[in-house]
Amino acid sequence: MSTIYILWLRQLKRYFRSRARIIGSLGQPLLFLLALGYGFGPIYQRASGGNYIEFLAPGIIAMSIIFTALFSGIEIIWDRQFGFLKETLVAPVSRLQIMIGRTLGGATVATLQGVIVFFISLIAGFRPTNFFMILPALIFMFLISLLFTALGTAIASVLEDMQGFQLIMNFIVMPLFFLSGALFPIQGLSGTIKTISTIDPLSYGVDGLRHTLISVGYFGIGTDFLVLGLITVVLLAIGTYLFSKIQI
Amino acid sequence: MIDVKNLSKKFKDLIAVDNISFSVNRGEIFGFLGPNGAGKTTTIKMLTTLLKPTSGEMKLGDYDPIKEPSQARCSFGIVFQDPSLDDELTARENMEFHGVLYGVPKQIRRERIEQLLKFVELWDRKDDLVKHFSGGMKRRLEIARGLLHHPKILFLDEPTLGLDPQTRNHIWNYIKKLNKEEQITIFFTTHYMEEADRVADRIAIIDKGKIVAMGNSQELKSQTKTESLEDAFLSLTGHAIRDEEATNIERLRMGRRMRRH
Repeated sequence: MSTIYILWLRQLKRYFRSRARIIGSLGQPLLFLLALGYGFGPIYQRASGGNYIEFLAPGIIAMSIIFTALFSGIEIIWDRQFGFLKETLVAPVSRLQIMIGRTLGGATVATLQGVIVFFISLIAGFRPTNFFMILPALIFMFLISLLFTALGTAIASVLEDMQGFQLIMNFIVMPLFFLSGALFPIQGLSGTIKTISTIDPLSYGVDGLRHTLISVGYFGIGTDFLVLGLITVVLLAIGTYLFSKIQI
Repeated sequence: MIDVKNLSKKFKDLIAVDNISFSVNRGEIFGFLGPNGAGKTTTIKMLTTLLKPTSGEMKLGDYDPIKEPSQARCSFGIVFQDPSLDDELTARENMEFHGVLYGVPKQIRRERIEQLLKFVELWDRKDDLVKHFSGGMKRRLEIARGLLHHPKILFLDEPTLGLDPQTRNHIWNYIKKLNKEEQITIFFTTHYMEEADRVADRIAIIDKGKIVAMGNSQELKSQTKTESLEDAFLSLTGHAIRDEEATNIERLRMGRRMRRH
């Protein structure tokens, strides 16, 4: 228990100490909110989609979460290069505990980041329909965080250095985000893009956030929760397995 | 305490450790010497569960590092050759993290952290982030951290690399005291021959993955008909300069340097 706690605490300390990283990572969601939200707003309204900022904000919250979460997972590569990973791997604690501590830490940090972006979106004009639903929205944020931290850990366990980072960003993170319905409604889609969006796990995260924050959704809140939960469990299992196989 | 039988490790086209066997007795200080790239660190990595051997058997105390890694990890402590601190944490936090991971009870942990940080003269800097430390300070912190819990076996991979003679002396005295008072078995590597000569009960010399000689300092000297351990070492391993494969961190530094040009 104390092992999990100290690893969780380490992730949090590192997060709060890198102010540049916190501020830096807020730039992108802000830009997306303003440029896309206000840029496409009028067209979206004319197409009788309603208020685009309302629609977009949950997607942008999800975006900031997946970037932070994935990066937290990927940090294992840094730990490997700077040697700190060895220190944890030779300690008399199970790798499962290390994995759990790290993942919870990374997920907490990502959720915090999501909450910050939530407040920023309030400033940008976003108004949730029901403030009581913020608690279930937090649960969804945490689930998305867990899922992507576990994914990051799994990826980082098999990579030796940061060379593959661009590859991951362009072939995993970007597609997951852009095809998730974070920016457009899945309702009106048809054909391949609809299939892809339905397979994308982030779609269920974004959908869950929409259900809770603006009472609009596509899959149904129960489905969102189940799919997200299930994939998280599977990825945690894969991540733990790959992490336990690390050799230095 | 440590038993190694026919241990080998092959990387793609390189045999890093080639069928070595040795054993270290309980409470012994055992020096493991060899030129760069001889297989010292690879051997330590295998013993400390970080690397799986290609073949052979090992035993740490009662446990097999391959089959019972968790139990084996409970019986040793290690100071690594290359850095393994978290730069974004303070000196004290690094110690604290280690203490919790190794299950040192809170009261003892606090006491030892203070005692050890004072010992390596970092107590004034305890709340500074490690990234602001010099190389020597990091090295000292790393050693202090390795001594925080008192394991049955302590692995020291070139622990005193880059430290001045005063600090080296200071640290070895402490390690020898630990060895005497708590019967901790010490397994260390070093390039400072006079250091090995002074502290090691027994020495093994490894070259190109093979153990070429083993015995106490006196035996090695008379075996090679030399006056000093350094001469014995050179006579056993030759004068050619060895290359070592770049570690990750070196590759990273090289990459940065290249990008800057």
